[in-house]
Amino acid sequence: MAIDWQAFWLTLQLAAVVSAILFGLGLPIAYWIAFSRWRWKFLVEAAVALPIVLPPTVLGFYVLVALGSRSPLGRWWQSLTGHTLAFTFAGLVIGSILYSLPFAVQPFAASFSSVDRKLMAASATLGASPFRTFSRVVLPLSVPGLITGIALSFAHTMGEFGVVLMVGGNIPGLTRTVSIDIYDKVQTSNYSAANETALLLLMLAFAILSFVYAVNRKVWIIGPAR
Amino acid sequence: MRTLRWTLLVCLLNLIASPGFSASGAPTAGRELTVAAAADLNFALAEIAASFKKQTGITVKLSLGSSGALAQQIHNGAPFDLFFSADMDYPRQLADAGQAEASSLYRYAIGGLALWVPADSPLDVEHKGMNVLSDPAIKKIAIANPQHAPYGRAAVAAMKHVQLYDLVSDRLVMGENISQAAQFVESGNAQVGFVALAHITSPAMQGKGRYWQIPAEAYPPLEQGLVIISRSRRKKQAAAFVEYIKSPESARVFSRYGFTVPAPSPERK
Repeated sequence: MAIDWQAFWLTLQLAAVVSAILFGLGLPIAYWIAFSRWRWKFLVEAAVALPIVLPPTVLGFYVLVALGSRSPLGRWWQSLTGHTLAFTFAGLVIGSILYSLPFAVQPFAASFSSVDRKLMAASATLGASPFRTFSRVVLPLSVPGLITGIALSFAHTMGEFGVVLMVGGNIPGLTRTVSIDIYDKVQTSNYSAANETALLLLMLAFAILSFVYAVNRKVWIIGPAR
Repeated sequence: MRTLRWTLLVCLLNLIASPGFSASGAPTAGRELTVAAAADLNFALAEIAASFKKQTGITVKLSLGSSGALAQQIHNGAPFDLFFSADMDYPRQLADAGQAEASSLYRYAIGGLALWVPADSPLDVEHKGMNVLSDPAIKKIAIANPQHAPYGRAAVAAMKHVQLYDLVSDRLVMGENISQAAQFVESGNAQVGFVALAHITSPAMQGKGRYWQIPAEAYPPLEQGLVIISRSRRKKQAAAFVEYIKSPESARVFSRYGFTVPAPSPERK
């Protein structure tokens, strides 16, 4: 038994689903953060950044309690589907969305706010609605930031451990991700298998980060602008 | 790339702020023992350690986890003085590898396994025992990870003993150790769990659930062994604690938490 491909594909699926949802969820949040002039905006920014500094155990603990049948949310879900969200793929998705939220929202918001306001004003004076300005001016100019956000949330979700350990229940094919699999292999002294899987994850993470930094190399992106 | 830099800066600040300033590890020589203990010992050993401190002034610091995980840490040089496993195999392996003193291996207790449901559960676990597992209301059954937790292996053996394992194996969820299995049940995420008797009979857990003790013939006995770690520099204090573990006072605490205590070895009658 070397690499547990089932765990590997499961992790890829989890990361893909989470980064897709975060793309949809992150755009409006990032838009609001970038353009709102609300006085207390910094509180929202701080809340979005929380998962960067919170231990995954705190998130995992909250998610576990929130999903359990002792909480209103957990009871509601249970009455709907007949089972609790913990120990399911959907439960992992929810935990991971919270866990990776800042890694999508922050690059999005940063690239939105670096768009030249004069271009947006020009678009508005030409009669474009705010949504049209956003989709035709802001979004195209923010492509590197969007790619960065999606890639980072993908990579961050792949590397998630604490939240999955606390709410996953280690079910093969359902909630046993690669990081949990590596942990189990180390605990059972299966070092060579742990090594192979860890190396694969390391190379993948390096590839994704290299891609992110390459995308953000201004020379390549702006190209002949000079 | 502003954002990336910003993110990296936050990470860097975290690194700087966390470990260096904790200023731990001022060695209080001889006044302190560091003990790695299987998660089922949480409450019983804490109680024994407290009375040991009263008698000797030696503080016992407990690190809890699954036996397999702790053994793994010791193999890799974790600075423990003593290891209380939930089985005999891990201590023996450590002794064979020269990581622990073979002569110190001692079977201090035999653990009890219980099937546990929350207090408000409709399941009649006290009378039906393991038969409740076939109840369709049970979506998830919590156990400790059999790969590195002896209680998890005992739970699997018990389910195989009553020929329910194949029926319920797709409903099993695994905690990292036996305490996490209990916590899956306590938080209402699993409807029933195989837990350590010692855990649910503790004062902290009283009234939180109902249980059925798994009969001893359903699984190989959870004989629990301790060893003194070879690289410990406080072997005298560790030996003193082991002696205290063998005392009738400690035996009383262990039995109160549902452990069976083996008869004292003849040479120290």
